[in-house]
Amino acid sequence: MAAGEIRVAINSDQDIVSARQKGRLMASEIGFSSGDATLIATAISELARNIVSYARTGQITIKAVNGLNRQGIAVIATDDGPGIPDIRQALRDGFSTSGSLGLGLPGVRRLMDEFELTSQPGRGTTVAVKKWRQ
Amino acid sequence: MEVPILKQGAVLIATFQAALSDADLNQLRMGLVQQVVKFRSRAVIVDVTAMDVMDSFASRTLREIAHMIRLRGAETVIVGIQPEVAFAMVQLGLTLEGVATALDLEEGLAYLNEKFKTTN
Repeated sequence: MAAGEIRVAINSDQDIVSARQKGRLMASEIGFSSGDATLIATAISELARNIVSYARTGQITIKAVNGLNRQGIAVIATDDGPGIPDIRQALRDGFSTSGSLGLGLPGVRRLMDEFELTSQPGRGTTVAVKKWRQ
Repeated sequence: MEVPILKQGAVLIATFQAALSDADLNQLRMGLVQQVVKFRSRAVIVDVTAMDVMDSFASRTLREIAHMIRLRGAETVIVGIQPEVAFAMVQLGLTLEGVATALDLEEGLAYLNEKFKTTN
């Protein structure tokens, strides 16, 4: 199925809900189990939350991806926010600067199969994650 | 989206919907604590059966609700966390430590009945 690509602008807490609902829908269309769709929706929720908390505005792109003999979903969260000065620290459980739980990024990494974080202080952050269908 | 709060004797029952925003959750937190005061409730059951995602904000809000209600001298039970949601919460590293949980509304009420019986 050509599930295509969805972009969700993230500007408020309401957009977090909208992004994760669209992500769940696309995950089901790609053929993920409902359990995996929940993991994907939860990861999207956390990524969108990071945008709202740290950068205020940004974008979540959700798309179907094809690997060798497998199908999957890619989620890319981008923002032009302050960036992450210390990426290693941000990927450690329990680290947070916005008074949230600070489990966001390491947690998202555990929920998904692939995780890529690029950030430039003052320029913004991009988190790209993928999950493959079992 | 409003969260309906039902009063059943000394127990308040709040039923979460699937798509609650942070603002909805914050509103519910205040609403529940106020109603516990107003009705002199002894317990609150929060039914999350319909919730499709429990992220860090939602679980933190649930913990805060439970702690606030405990400070009022009442009890909170979270019921209906779906197996898939529980799995995602554990992967994400979220816990509801110190908060009572039960399988569903029926079990939650049974837990509270038992608890009230022993404290009376």
